[in-house]
Amino acid sequence: MREEIITSGRLNHLIDPQLNIWHWHIPLYLFLGGLAAGILFFAALFTILGKEKEYPTAVKIAPFLTPFLLMVGLVALFLDLNHKLYFWRLYTTIRLESPMSWGAWTLMVVTPLSIIWCALNIKSIFPNWDWKYKWVWDMEKFFRKNLITISWIMLLFSLILGVYTGILFSAFNARPLWNTSILGPLFLTSGLSTGAAAIILMSKNSHERHTLARIDLMLIGIELFLIVHMFMGFLASTQVHIEAATLFLGGTYTTPFWLFVVTLGLVTPALLEVLELKGFKMPVFIAPVLVIFGGLMFRFIIAYAGQASRWLY
Amino acid sequence: MRYAMAVDTKKCVGCSDCVVACQTENNVPIGFCRDWIVEVTDGTYPQLEIEIRSERCNQCANSPCVRCCPTGASHYSEGGVVLVTPHKCIGCGACIASCPYDARFPHPDGYVDKCTFCLHNRVKKGLDPACVSVCPTKCMYFGDLDDPNSPVSKVLKNRKHKTLIPEAGTNPHLYFLI
Repeated sequence: MREEIITSGRLNHLIDPQLNIWHWHIPLYLFLGGLAAGILFFAALFTILGKEKEYPTAVKIAPFLTPFLLMVGLVALFLDLNHKLYFWRLYTTIRLESPMSWGAWTLMVVTPLSIIWCALNIKSIFPNWDWKYKWVWDMEKFFRKNLITISWIMLLFSLILGVYTGILFSAFNARPLWNTSILGPLFLTSGLSTGAAAIILMSKNSHERHTLARIDLMLIGIELFLIVHMFMGFLASTQVHIEAATLFLGGTYTTPFWLFVVTLGLVTPALLEVLELKGFKMPVFIAPVLVIFGGLMFRFIIAYAGQASRWLY
Repeated sequence: MRYAMAVDTKKCVGCSDCVVACQTENNVPIGFCRDWIVEVTDGTYPQLEIEIRSERCNQCANSPCVRCCPTGASHYSEGGVVLVTPHKCIGCGACIASCPYDARFPHPDGYVDKCTFCLHNRVKKGLDPACVSVCPTKCMYFGDLDDPNSPVSKVLKNRKHKTLIPEAGTNPHLYFLI
């Protein structure tokens, strides 16, 4: 038997014995960003398709959550910074090579868009709303006239936001578990799925609920496929990637991943949604709550497990 | 100009003098280090082999840390040395997560800190980096790779050497003589 013993004289805080630089802030932000991206995507999509009347919750009600989701996410991001007073440096440069840079700029586009969207639909929540000033009315008129253009921009940027949450991780070749390009589409799909689930939770219209449940079902299917695909890729790759996959296949994160993410967050809600679409009566909130819970757990587990995976030398 | 360093694993005894010299020279906060010693024992008793390495930032020519920095705080300086500008660094930790050698750490003041090859405080004055100059076995060589007469160029010409995880695609400039 061959043995290798490595001892290192290094014990830097948050680096050794295992990287621990990112805590709850980053996965929480990625979850909220993905959820907001999902909600905004469906709002824009149904507007472009001209189906606002058919899907009122998706277009007019659910988007009211998104400015709050994004702001809580931004606060989490801010709290994560170690050199907080210099955060504005993010917005003095654009570095396309750095996902964090263009992600920060994407947020600067999506957050105002989500606020504009809410302003345009404020009468669906407060029917007697009055903007008071003429210039606000003029602005509203302008945005309403260009609603379809805004919808297209929002559709595009919600997709960028959703995919960016995964690319942020996949750009790090130093952490083999994150270093797979599947993570972008996987996080996007998961974000859209949690967005659909949030709309189902808020909707009082059974037609809307059933359509979104069908969409959610399809997204869960894609997610399961991408997860299987991710492990196939890892296991067919180099030793460091095989060891990264082992974290989920017998290693430390096996139980949380397969129990919370796959079983409770994907398979169970998929089965419940199928049963509900077949006409079984059951509390409608269980499946979407599980989907949202699974999405949150997924981000946390990937964030922590990724920091535990590394190159061997 | 391309600064590089070579560490002779056959001469290094792992005394950690380089670590202490660096901490003193660069005022490294207590509990942290910019360079460190790794001992690798390999084989089955009694056929054991030991390799001792004095490691630090690899000053990669294709640095993941520079690539992922959202503000441009991490940058290539003179001679390809990778430096962090503290007043541009937001402390997001992206570069720390991106380094396959885990050579960076968060300074208690908030910004990210790492080995600088003593570029501004010693090398520009014509001195060797603190770790190199203090080594009691003289196992470290420093200099400009573009200059064929620099100590590092000469020793790399004559000795078998390796870099750490070249397969990570970072193009490191810290060499180990084997």
